[in-house]
Amino acid sequence: MSDQTLFSIFFSAMIVNNFTLAMFLGLCPFMGVSARVETALRMGLANIFVLVLTSLSAWVLNTYILGEAPYLRIISFIIVVASLVQIVEMVVKKIAPVLFRQLGIFLPLMTTNCAIFGLAIFQTNRGYDFLQGIVFAIGAGLGLTLALVLMASIRESSELSDIPAIAKGTGLTLIIAGSLSLAFMGFAGVL
Amino acid sequence: MVRKTTPPQDLIRGIWKENPVLVQMLGLCPALAVTNTVKNALAMSAATFFVICCSSVLVSSCKSFIPKEVRISSYILVIATFVTLADMMLQAYAPVQHKELGAFIALIVVNCMILGRQEAFSARNTVFRSLLDAVGTGIGFTIALIMMGGFREILGTGSFLDIPLFGPGFEPWVVMVLPAGGFLTLGFILLAMGYAEQRRKAGESA
Repeated sequence: MSDQTLFSIFFSAMIVNNFTLAMFLGLCPFMGVSARVETALRMGLANIFVLVLTSLSAWVLNTYILGEAPYLRIISFIIVVASLVQIVEMVVKKIAPVLFRQLGIFLPLMTTNCAIFGLAIFQTNRGYDFLQGIVFAIGAGLGLTLALVLMASIRESSELSDIPAIAKGTGLTLIIAGSLSLAFMGFAGVL
Repeated sequence: MVRKTTPPQDLIRGIWKENPVLVQMLGLCPALAVTNTVKNALAMSAATFFVICCSSVLVSSCKSFIPKEVRISSYILVIATFVTLADMMLQAYAPVQHKELGAFIALIVVNCMILGRQEAFSARNTVFRSLLDAVGTGIGFTIALIMMGGFREILGTGSFLDIPLFGPGFEPWVVMVLPAGGFLTLGFILLAMGYAEQRRKAGESA
């Protein structure tokens, strides 16, 4: 069991050890869908939802099923994540078709989003209990959303600026990400 | 549709021209997270190399048994199995590196580069050619990781594989071993590649 307080878990996951900018998890959506603020925000919110569900199921798996066979952890987690994303996709499609259309391809792509899988692994390694896991998931999700929205706003406002031809595309995005990451480093001493 | 390539092309393609990290931007998560020293980069590349080769061989030899509808899930299961193996082997033979890399070994499962090769190549080619393709991609991944690890370790700590390179007067660029350094290093490598490409094109048209 981890004896961290809930607030420190939340703050650490969201700001100090931001999933995207300090731990490099979930970089694919970070590079791919950060061109518009609106899409970035929606992607972030969808991520929070799936992260919380993942945290729940990873906790159940760890507590009740995998106690006997910890070496099956990687395999069972990836199956759970994959089926979870599939189920969420079907439910959203049935209950909220409008939202489903807005999310589009991002929903199925979450299976290979390392943030989701990483959350399950980190949560297990650090021995979080049920409540700590949920708080960790919400913090991580908000952190992802924050990073995505920040990135998208910078990219939107730099769209019309005159940048050298070689820097267009991923090169520039990475350098912006580097600067954002530097900014987040300022929080390193807080906790 | 089978693409018409010769076996040597399968091998070489992944190393530079279609380098998974530097050109296709796949597998960025491990490439940025564990390249703060060359040693970590090497351990990560070795584990990934093992996983991609074994998965490619297994997937391409089982391709006629795997129903099309569940192929992605089957590939993920195959990859997850080999990642578990790699995780255990590293824990047994290189416990220090295993501790340093931590959860990132498990995260090889979600490395889109590996799944991408299964779906794009192993699922429709012979075992031998899939192995060549996997070896090529693995080498390309290794080159990219060592390049990044080298830059970051030399600038960030002033040493290479723990051997000090500069005199005591060298002030390490601490930022390079921090997360921000990963983004900046890859960003500058891409900028340099873009510049080289631009020069090459200009040379061709002139």
